[in-house]
Amino acid sequence: MSEKADLTDISKLAGKIRRHVVRMTHRAKSSHVGSSLSMADLLAVLYGGILRVPPTEPHWPDRDRFILSKGHGAAALYAVLAEKGFFPVEKLGTFYQDGSDLAGHATHSDVPGVEVSTGSLGHGLGIACGMALAGQRDHRPYRVFVLLSDGDCDEGSTWEAILFASHHHLDNLVAIIDYNKIQSLAGTEETLALEPFGDKWRAFGWSVREINGHDLAEIQSALKTVPWQVGRPSCVIAHTVKGKGVSFMENSVLWHYRHPDKDELQRALAELGGAE
Amino acid sequence: MELAETDERIFLVVADVGFCVMDPFVERFPLRFLNVGVAEQNMTAIAAGLAMCGKVVFTYSIAGFPTLRCLEQIRNDVCYHNADVKIVSGGGGLGYGALGVTHHATEDMAVMRALPRMTVVAPGDPVEAELAVRALVAQPGPAYLRLGRSGEPLVHKPGVSFRLGEAIRVREEGEITLIATGTVLYATVLAAKRLSRHGIQARILSMHTVKPLDTEAVIAAARETNAIFTIEEHSILGGLGSAVAETLAESGLHVRFKRLGLPDMFTTVVGCQEYLKDVYSLSIDGIVKQVVTSLRSWSLSTSGSSLCSPAPRA
Repeated sequence: MSEKADLTDISKLAGKIRRHVVRMTHRAKSSHVGSSLSMADLLAVLYGGILRVPPTEPHWPDRDRFILSKGHGAAALYAVLAEKGFFPVEKLGTFYQDGSDLAGHATHSDVPGVEVSTGSLGHGLGIACGMALAGQRDHRPYRVFVLLSDGDCDEGSTWEAILFASHHHLDNLVAIIDYNKIQSLAGTEETLALEPFGDKWRAFGWSVREINGHDLAEIQSALKTVPWQVGRPSCVIAHTVKGKGVSFMENSVLWHYRHPDKDELQRALAELGGAE
Repeated sequence: MELAETDERIFLVVADVGFCVMDPFVERFPLRFLNVGVAEQNMTAIAAGLAMCGKVVFTYSIAGFPTLRCLEQIRNDVCYHNADVKIVSGGGGLGYGALGVTHHATEDMAVMRALPRMTVVAPGDPVEAELAVRALVAQPGPAYLRLGRSGEPLVHKPGVSFRLGEAIRVREEGEITLIATGTVLYATVLAAKRLSRHGIQARILSMHTVKPLDTEAVIAAARETNAIFTIEEHSILGGLGSAVAETLAESGLHVRFKRLGLPDMFTTVVGCQEYLKDVYSLSIDGIVKQVVTSLRSWSLSTSGSSLCSPAPRA
């Protein structure tokens, strides 16, 4: 398959993820639509050819591991897993509902394809370090990818893991930051300034690339070539837009918690090319 | 060490403690040892990640550090994922006495006990400690192993029968029951000897496993003896005493009951472990005095006027 065709497929997948996300959050009246939309392109590239994890064998020992440290983006993760065949797409309709398996934060229990339950920020990178270390010590070929929010990087436990990963040369570990620069009450620079963000990761011994988190070719180019430096873990700082894809949700703190009502859902779907 | 020889899954992850103690393991199994630095949350997350990849992981620090500092990691990363991680703390209770309150583990068992899927074990002596480690490796899943310091006195002979969740009957006969957990077992045994010289016979249970509690042994004690005392180097809130109280209260049985342990306060004076135990009446004398005082207040007999030495300094 040519790379262009490849990216076309990935773009379609990202569109499907976004449409699922707005439908799911509307039906469930759940939060975090903005956070789920900002990571859709990253997930589409990851599951569109980067991650070696067969949907029919989600426990294959040599699979690449993916951890969604920003567990509140669960809707997007469930959407991409369903689209790739880890479980039926119909199951997405049960998101956040009574009796469901699909909790509002990423949950591993009875959900094929979800490696680790997350939701409390700051846990994912440390667990990823443990998995990456096991892989190195066991001489297994798998990589560990972990997607963090900027909020994850407020937690001290994340920085413990950042120190650890470079100290132990975990070059089979890739951290991706969905850097949409908005947290739950205000922007990141107003809340707890992360800048100079890339410099901080570099100072902690990581190999760092900053990309446009909505440019599929850029995302793919970065992730296809990890590790960029042997002996160093890789950090992709993906500059993203919270709520990306739905104009009235973009760059807005409001859409961290607010769910789309019926009218907003229609407008969102129209923009996302999937009016109902 | 011995288990790690034959079981390649075993890893040891420490948070910058254990000077010299870890050396044999480090030398023999360098690729299965990690010192993560003073980073207990990361220690626990890494342990969970390793366990998710098939390892059996022991984490280790002292006092309350491997539990309280990283409680959420224990709850969400270890327990919720049923990860095969055994959390080990050294110097449980007042083991690091004179180092001060920050180094006292006095609420750890209460907190660990409240976590689903967590087994909580406080061995009463080095024999129990070794048997506990073997039993925990053989039983997959989260566990908290609360040790004392090294050089604790022996209560058991080697070869004592040990099963997780089953109290060891150190002494059978008695009209009262003393249930101890952890290294206060030794003082409990000596206290029982002193009590017996004065006409009070005590059944002694080593309740090494506080969760799951050996409720059958507790019920039997309630049915067969007149009073039950729990003894722990831990707050009386939430640990062994509370666990036994829960069972007794729901049993419908009536039996006199008292929790001996640390009061709901931080220590107000500096001292080594034995000194502090004396201050809080957990020394041999202290245990004897508390038992006698309670029995008298319940009008449950006793004879003998010279059971104890003078009252401990407050």
